[in-house]
Amino acid sequence: MIQVASRAYQGLVYVLLYLPIAVLIAFSFNDSRSSLSWRGFTTDWYVKLLEDGDLLAAAGNSAVVALLAATCATLVGTLTALALYRYRFRGKGLAEGLVFVLIMAPEIVMGISLLILFVALGIGLGFTTVLLAHVTFCLPFVTVTVLARLNGFDRFLVEAAQDLGASEWQTVLRVVLPMAAPALAAGWLLSFTLSLDDVIITTFVAGPDYELLPLKLYSMVRRGVTPEINALSTVLFVLTLVVAGLAQRLMQRR
Amino acid sequence: MQAESGTFRGVAVAGTWFWLLLFALLPNLMVVAVSFMARGDDEFVRFAFSLESYARLLDPLYAGVFWSSFRLAAIATLICLMVAYPFALGVARAPPRWRPALLALVVIPFWTSSLVRTYAIVILIKTEGLLNEALLGLGLIGEPLEILYTETAVLIGFVYTELPFMILPLYAAMEKLDWRLVEAARDLGAGSWAVLRRVLVPLTLPGIIAGAMLVFLPALGMFYVADVLGGAKELLIGNLIRDQFLSARDWPFGAAASVVVTLLMAGLIGVYALSRRRLDARGPA
Repeated sequence: MIQVASRAYQGLVYVLLYLPIAVLIAFSFNDSRSSLSWRGFTTDWYVKLLEDGDLLAAAGNSAVVALLAATCATLVGTLTALALYRYRFRGKGLAEGLVFVLIMAPEIVMGISLLILFVALGIGLGFTTVLLAHVTFCLPFVTVTVLARLNGFDRFLVEAAQDLGASEWQTVLRVVLPMAAPALAAGWLLSFTLSLDDVIITTFVAGPDYELLPLKLYSMVRRGVTPEINALSTVLFVLTLVVAGLAQRLMQRR
Repeated sequence: MQAESGTFRGVAVAGTWFWLLLFALLPNLMVVAVSFMARGDDEFVRFAFSLESYARLLDPLYAGVFWSSFRLAAIATLICLMVAYPFALGVARAPPRWRPALLALVVIPFWTSSLVRTYAIVILIKTEGLLNEALLGLGLIGEPLEILYTETAVLIGFVYTELPFMILPLYAAMEKLDWRLVEAARDLGAGSWAVLRRVLVPLTLPGIIAGAMLVFLPALGMFYVADVLGGAKELLIGNLIRDQFLSARDWPFGAAASVVVTLLMAGLIGVYALSRRRLDARGPA
């Protein structure tokens, strides 16, 4: 009896989790402006997206930023992970603390702090500032992912390489990095989706003239419900699902 | 050995410091500094020491914003806990080979943008939305419910976008649980309520606290949930801070508000760390 009730409850929660998204996707194919009744299948709303020049420009900007931000975050984040994994250095505790701050800091606080920094440094708001901000909030996720993978390995592997005469560069390039490779790829994919989806931090650092997809979506959503937004949301949903799914699989690989 | 290993080490350590100091430490120090400055007329800030921004936070209007944000975030956290607890219990009691799939099903929708998920809620609850149509159709209500642009809508948004952050830590705590303790309590005559209150809750307390933090903290800053679902009527801390920086142009005041939020969060994290240590010290739980 309790078993049945528990199963039914679980089922209900799953339905509640998926229903809103399922409805959103379904109505992106509905041949009607109103999201009330089903009038037949159409892909018109997706075609409309492709005809919207502003939207495509924003999507292009977002793609460029996400690709570059993910790549830079993977580079710097991996470097940070290697520094924390391999070496003792002065102020290491502070460095670890700062990585933790980047993860825990509320997005809005990170957004305003970076805005103040960029204005103080005289960097005009736009592509550069968005890229730097995105690298900054993606970086700790790469660092943590890579560190977690490295800590899962036996340190003797590294020591063995050095005993056999490998230099530091050889050890890092031929032993440590290959061990960490799946985590690098997972960190890159994770960063890509984070960059593509971020609204809060981007709101502060994009400036008035640089359009990005999440900001565009945000301003559309504030104006009301339209099938075009459903279509755009569906595209974003499927894209992040695929990329995040890939990242997940990479992280589970041994 | 030391000299030869120096170059890579130098690159890695220098790169790490460069980014963390420039983009993590410096900006946060600047927020604190700006919060103690005076509001500028042409520039964003005037370089003069001032406590005015903090004094203004005590104004009932702004204190009220803090209060209502905390209240909403706390209610959302409580609802998440009540929804998630029995759910996580069910997953933890499911056959082990099902558990990864059951958990994946919880996590998957949450890989996507929370803005998209917030919008999905709008479609459901708007006046001519599916929820009202269904309820009207079933004859349960005579007139459509006006949920959108109310506090309830904001709460639904918070609960929906953050539920997994409650489920996952609860599950992690329950998975480690020694279920024989529950059986022992039952054998000793404890009823369901006593088992929950005196065995399950104390043993899963770390998960409850972790989940509460993961729900409560982000809820304070998610200004777009309040915008989109609350119709910008519900002014939350996140909205207040954003407006100071992007429209009101009162940086010191926005910075002061965010310093206070950060301190409150740090305080909560501190309490969490402390309670963890207490619980760990109490022995194997």
